[in-house]
Amino acid sequence: MKLGYFPGCSLQGSAGEFDESLQAIAPALGLELIEIPDWSCCGASAAHNLNRLLALALPARTLALAERAGFREVLVPCSACYSRLILTRHELEQDEGLRRQVSEIIGMEYQGTARVLNILEVMGQIFQDGLKGKITKPFEHPVACYYGCLLVRPPKVVQFDRPEDPRTMDELMKKIGAEPIDWVFKVECCGAGFSISRTDLVAKLSSKILADAQRRGAEAIIVACPMCHANLDMRQEKAEKWAGKKYSMPVLYLTQAIGLALGLPEKKLALHQHLVPVSFPVKAKPAAKAKAETASQPAGQSEE
Amino acid sequence: MLSQARPGSKGRPLADRLREFTGESAAKCYQCGKCSAGCPLAAEMDFPPSQILRMLQLGFPTLEAKAIASLSIWLCLTCETCLARCPQEVDLPKIMEFLREESLREKKFHPQAKEIIAFHRAFLDSVQAAGRLYEIGLIADYKARSRHLFQDVLVAPKLFWRGKLKLFPHLIKDRSNISRIFSKTLGKKEPSG
Amino acid sequence: MSRIGVFLCHCGENIAGTVDPGKVVEAVNRIPGVVHSIDYKYMCSDPGQSLIREAIKEKGLTGVIVAACSPRMHEPTFRRVCAESGLNAFLCEMANVREHCSWVHEKSELTTAKAIDLVRIMVEKAKRNRPLFPIKVPVTKTALVLGGGIAGIQASLDIANAGHKVILVERDPSIGGHMAQLSETFPTLDCSQCILTPRMVEVAQHPNITLHTYSELESVDGFIGNFKVKIRKKARGIDEKLCTGCGVCAQKCPLKKIPSEFNAAMGMRTAIYTPFPQAVPNKPVIDKKRCTYYLKGKCKACEKACPAEAIRFDQPDEIIEVETGAIVCTTGFEVLSTEFFPEYGYGKYKDVITGLQFERLASASGPTLGAIRRPSDGKEPETVVFIACAGSRDPAKGIEYCSKICCMYTAKHAMLYKHKVHQGTPYVFYMDIRAGGKMYEEFVRRAIEEDGVKYIRGRVSRIYEQDGKLIVKGADTLLGAQPVEIEADLVVLATAMVANSGAEELAKKIHVSYDSYHFLAEAHPKLRPVETNTAGIFLAGACQAPRDIPETVAQASGAASKVAALFSADELSREPVIAVVHRTAPPIFSICEGCFMCEQACPFQAIEREEIKTRDGKLIKVVAKVNPGVCQGCGTCVALCRAKALDLQGFSNEQVYAEVMAV
Repeated sequence: MKLGYFPGCSLQGSAGEFDESLQAIAPALGLELIEIPDWSCCGASAAHNLNRLLALALPARTLALAERAGFREVLVPCSACYSRLILTRHELEQDEGLRRQVSEIIGMEYQGTARVLNILEVMGQIFQDGLKGKITKPFEHPVACYYGCLLVRPPKVVQFDRPEDPRTMDELMKKIGAEPIDWVFKVECCGAGFSISRTDLVAKLSSKILADAQRRGAEAIIVACPMCHANLDMRQEKAEKWAGKKYSMPVLYLTQAIGLALGLPEKKLALHQHLVPVSFPVKAKPAAKAKAETASQPAGQSEE
Repeated sequence: MLSQARPGSKGRPLADRLREFTGESAAKCYQCGKCSAGCPLAAEMDFPPSQILRMLQLGFPTLEAKAIASLSIWLCLTCETCLARCPQEVDLPKIMEFLREESLREKKFHPQAKEIIAFHRAFLDSVQAAGRLYEIGLIADYKARSRHLFQDVLVAPKLFWRGKLKLFPHLIKDRSNISRIFSKTLGKKEPSG
Repeated sequence: MSRIGVFLCHCGENIAGTVDPGKVVEAVNRIPGVVHSIDYKYMCSDPGQSLIREAIKEKGLTGVIVAACSPRMHEPTFRRVCAESGLNAFLCEMANVREHCSWVHEKSELTTAKAIDLVRIMVEKAKRNRPLFPIKVPVTKTALVLGGGIAGIQASLDIANAGHKVILVERDPSIGGHMAQLSETFPTLDCSQCILTPRMVEVAQHPNITLHTYSELESVDGFIGNFKVKIRKKARGIDEKLCTGCGVCAQKCPLKKIPSEFNAAMGMRTAIYTPFPQAVPNKPVIDKKRCTYYLKGKCKACEKACPAEAIRFDQPDEIIEVETGAIVCTTGFEVLSTEFFPEYGYGKYKDVITGLQFERLASASGPTLGAIRRPSDGKEPETVVFIACAGSRDPAKGIEYCSKICCMYTAKHAMLYKHKVHQGTPYVFYMDIRAGGKMYEEFVRRAIEEDGVKYIRGRVSRIYEQDGKLIVKGADTLLGAQPVEIEADLVVLATAMVANSGAEELAKKIHVSYDSYHFLAEAHPKLRPVETNTAGIFLAGACQAPRDIPETVAQASGAASKVAALFSADELSREPVIAVVHRTAPPIFSICEGCFMCEQACPFQAIEREEIKTRDGKLIKVVAKVNPGVCQGCGTCVALCRAKALDLQGFSNEQVYAEVMAV
């Protein structure tokens, strides 16, 4: 699979592990990623908090560059970048006048031919065709799959998975040998871009997520977004202070979990860069299968 | 007392401008409160999201002023949870975006929003200069703007040792394109749209 | 030779104020074919009518034109006058010089000229008129009622008591519908089955009613007064004549864990089952999709046990053909299931149930014998949250309308819960309280003021399960939209009322319009609520729109009265302004080429095919034929026919052409 690649600023900076682990597993998955030439920041939360047109123009620039480079599909691993790009694409598709205005601002013609894909749908596609032979060290841990808010919302724009209780990442984890737990904070916001300006709010929101994962027996939280990772990992200490309890919950990018299952070394997957050490309890008995299948039976649905 | 008196040249009701610039209608909201019920930060806001929308519905200037000067619009996470659940499909994130721009345009924003706005400005300064975010530059700029000189003083080194913070910014080639984009949007005085 | 009489009416000042009557009369007199031309102040009055009568006799008129108001006002009046005077009613025409002329123009010469033109047009038409006679259509005095809920039961009883035969068809094994599933009804808290079952029995025993349960409509042909209906009586798997309803078969059936439809999956049933003890008829049915014999060929425990030897595994479906004169559609509704709500768990939480499921819990004949218990662990819930507007008033979920009954039944449920669990706390999350019926508002106030039900104005954003409790996240908009979190033991969703499954296919079968929600369409929302646009087909109850029981019963009686009116004569009289296919002598027979575009285009299915044969039965050609009982005279086929083989009686092509040329 060959895709245009928009890493975004975080993956080249403080969320380097995401990029490194993705590049590390790409060959085994048959994934070829070609960076969009001279890409620029999507504007993240800052642009859409201060100026609407800027918030449209920056992503439009990147998409226009992708079109010029001939890409029909672009992988955008960072959920925030993904959200900005796909919302921009959606708005410009609906409003011709706006499209012209934005094209004028960026000095390039924006046509809207490049599709924006998130990391889960790409991984889901690859794993659908099967990777049985390549999983040499099954990731046998109960995990909480944390999707964050922006991969599945707004549902009518993103049109990906179920907006409450999505399943793509859970299915992926199952395929690498993990046991995704049934938990209720899959898509609850972690605090998004307030990591620096309102760390107290991030601590509060993230602690709820960490607490539920811990309560339901997860040994790690799997994420697909650099902001989520930062809030749950880098700010875990603050969350623990806020809640008054210890979580000691490793937070892994799904690409890292996949990499481990493929047998790649930890160093290559940049696990050492996390603030919360990635370590798992020693297993005395077989992994708690019962806990993983806590999905309650639907009402009245039992027959002989 | 709430009144519809619109002194002098206050202009059109905010809801009209909202409709014109975003296409969203404040009248669609029937105040069911589902957005406020699901908003992760509703309890921290001075006015929960459905209340902010209520302030636009009557066209009363006092209420409109309250909405623009609220902390709510700056606390909005843009998590899109409200839009995902709204029965009337009111695009509240877009309305919040509009209100923030109005707030900046009128230079009337909630005092507690200072740090948040400072962060966004610092972020965009970095992007405008380099084309991409330079995290160390962002932190420095933010500290200068917010005067929170000792914030994260312990965390930053940890990040640096782990190789998470790049020492130098990456400058993209076509920075003139970025300047152009900024001058035509953020650089302009009038609201966008 | 035409001898047309023209009578211009002044209509007081309505016409004479703008049009010059003298000039019109004079101009009309000069038109060839007109032998009599006068004006009068009020043609519709007695003296005015006499003028027409006298003129017909004295001048031997072959056609009459009254130049006055719209035919929608007085055409029947003047046609009657002509008929009484011996002139065929359809030789009388009206020229509308009021609505089409004097009322829409200023007084001027042009206005008078236009009036003259209008009369001239009608003269040309009248010259080419031919006598026509009303079409008589026989009426079969049997009504078909589709659906055996309270609406169907009421309509059937009313029609039967009026002395006519009724065939009642019900899809489920028993009649009773959703009303049979309810525990108590608002606002009186009457036991639902207690007031319903006597009517069900009355239906079963009424000499005029034939009941076909476990049956569905297969097809409908024909037209008002003369419907030809096929009913599919699905195989129950038992011989109804031998079965005594003893119930031993169900006792012996080994499959006991099939979710019961009647209990809304709150309880179980067997594979051979009677839906509920008061079922009418009280005969079981074998569920072929689950029965071991039908799936694997084994078991037959019921057959062995049945003392009456009534089990018939190989029983086929039966097609019954009947003729009816009217059809009443009372097919009812469904409610959305909990799976419809992603934010409330996609249906996976056992303790999140619908209002209908709560009815089964509260019902004395339900799976818990009326005790309110959590489906998950059977414990009594201490805190129950009721959520109104679940799915209704929700364009994002595709349902914009209000389901009308939920505010009332939610108050009822909260009250019933409090009556049974004295120490429990019921909460209701609502947007508005719609209690417009008789004694309804008082009922809701009683819930709040006497039974201590806590109403919170705000919708619930999300429900999730934690440590065996359901966390309900709502908001109180009356307190500044403050988020409110409640730990509930049980959550009851007042889910939206929607059209019954299969409503679209049924509507297509009986050729009745329906809207985007698959609710059937009434003929006029205000003034014709029980009729449809298809003559002879009526409707009542929730199949048309969400409604409560009092309104449903009223509407059912209304539909029944329409049927009784239809059956009050032995024959239906119809206007003869219908299309006719050209017929002529052999060897041509007809210029119709048999392309049948008209058949496809006709909105009323009024075109049939006619085979023209030789004496020995050899086919010569197949031509179109218009059914005079159904044709509404719209003219679509006439306009469409390429061979010009179709013409409209009373509005022939020749007449219309002459009218146009006369301007």
